Amino acid sequence: MIPEPTLNHYLLLSAVLFSIGTVGVFLRRNLITILLSIEVMLNAVNLTFVAVDRYLNAVNGQIIVFFVMTVAAAEAAVGLAIVIALFRHKDTLNPDAFTNLKW
Amino acid sequence: MPMNDFTAVVPVIIVVLSACAVMLAEAFRRKHEDMPMGLLAIIGLLGALASSVLLWNRHLVGFGVVSADNFSLFFNVTICVIGLLTVLLSMGPAERDGLPVGEYYALMLFSISGMMLMGSAKDLLVIFLALEIMSLGVYVLTAIKRSSEDSAEAGFKYFVLGAFSSAFFLYGIAFAYATTGTTKLDELGLRIAATALEPNLLLILSLVFLLVGFAFKVAAVPFHMWTPDAYQGAPTLVTGFMSTGVKAAAFAAFVRVFLSTFEPLRGEWVPVVSALAGLTMILGTVVGVAQTSVKRMLAYSSIAHGGYLLVGLVAANAAGKASILFYLVSYALTNLGAFGILSALSSPDRPHDDVRDFAGLGKDRPALAALLTVFLLSLGGFPPTVGFIAKWYIFNAAIQEHMVALAILGVLTSVVSVFFYLRIVVMMYMVDEAAPGHRPALSVPVMIGLFVAVLGVFYLGVMPGQLLSLAANSVASIF
Repeated sequence: MIPEPTLNHYLLLSAVLFSIGTVGVFLRRNLITILLSIEVMLNAVNLTFVAVDRYLNAVNGQIIVFFVMTVAAAEAAVGLAIVIALFRHKDTLNPDAFTNLKW
Repeated sequence: MPMNDFTAVVPVIIVVLSACAVMLAEAFRRKHEDMPMGLLAIIGLLGALASSVLLWNRHLVGFGVVSADNFSLFFNVTICVIGLLTVLLSMGPAERDGLPVGEYYALMLFSISGMMLMGSAKDLLVIFLALEIMSLGVYVLTAIKRSSEDSAEAGFKYFVLGAFSSAFFLYGIAFAYATTGTTKLDELGLRIAATALEPNLLLILSLVFLLVGFAFKVAAVPFHMWTPDAYQGAPTLVTGFMSTGVKAAAFAAFVRVFLSTFEPLRGEWVPVVSALAGLTMILGTVVGVAQTSVKRMLAYSSIAHGGYLLVGLVAANAAGKASILFYLVSYALTNLGAFGILSALSSPDRPHDDVRDFAGLGKDRPALAALLTVFLLSLGGFPPTVGFIAKWYIFNAAIQEHMVALAILGVLTSVVSVFFYLRIVVMMYMVDEAAPGHRPALSVPVMIGLFVAVLGVFYLGVMPGQLLSLAANSVASIF
């Protein structure tokens, strides 16, 4: 039988997701995937909030999640707009192509 | 009192309304029709400034999460002054460089509203939202020059690392919530004080992640990688705006969260922040010496100045706390002045950015050269400018707190930094042959903005007492 998942399992899972996102930002060589990695990080944090709320029997964290989702949407909009502006100049999504400024 | 709730956020509301007004004006503008967008922005910022002054000493709290204590109001006024100077210095250069003026001022006002909220927020979630409102505006402003590849590249680098750091900040909030069940700074502070003797792992993680988030925003080494690129690629005045406004807002929240809420954990974070401060001062200065692009040089100088501010943060006796606020005002006036001159001298196709571009400026435009000299000397910390007084107070506070090593490091790096500021002055006055290219004339608002900035630099340099006691009064209101 599978044991009931506890708070620690959820916290561990969100830590793993957050790390995957962090590594993705630095290792992926595509601008869109980098944006997706940031979304993974934000959603890992959402998971923490919801898990803690279930443990504490509270709702504040779930309210925070809605704010975070809104912020993530706004961030994605701005991020994609900037990616399009970049793409118009160079016709590529590889971050290594953008080296006008010393990185 | 529900009415008081709204009264406390009036300055932010005024700025948001004027941003909406600018946006609507842009939407209804016919092609080639001139609209006084800058004037609308100035009216909004003056309104916010006046309402902040009127709220002084009333200690209102709005909705339990936005406080209008003297600390927030001090930052409101500082940020309004930064906004006013940026708008004045943009009137002329922004049109000349072909920036979309309506969007430019609207985004600037929206990010100013975020900055003001960041200084007033009493809840970690509101700080996060304010941070995002501020940052999203500034990301777009960085990339606003669409014809320029550098601008888009700078915008993307700033965006990725900024969003990355805010994810860390949010994770820090989640850990704080997990340990204490609240995000309100007051309650959080009480619960941390209750458990301070045995801080648990989650609380320490929360501290670390919040610190990483703040360190990114104030460009502390080793979280400074985005700064030189973003500052170099962004339109010159946007660089001035982010190096002063974003830094002031981030330090406002930094001071509130670390010096009041996380005060019981001082023992844990002071050594780390001291190390960051030392590294930041050293790297900002040493790498700054090697730059030939003036904007990049000022970016490293901005990193170094962030280091001096961190010294004020660790040396947090009463004088140290007030000196952080004083330093931010001083840095804002000085740096905006310098960037204002840089942007006034640029032409649309070519930024006036290389050190060699300044050759012969002393003969060509003596008044501008003299002003730039004043601003650069103030950045380097020469008396009788405000830069000297601000540094003196910070290092003085560090010595009072027996952080002699940091104070000595600060003085040494200031001395080294004088080298790269003076290099421009030497170029302006000692090299006779003028740089090629035409230097455009100044518009009237730019002259007013530069005049205000230089007046502030000298006035506060000679008579710092008044502002310093205001700063001490306002910082006392959050402890």
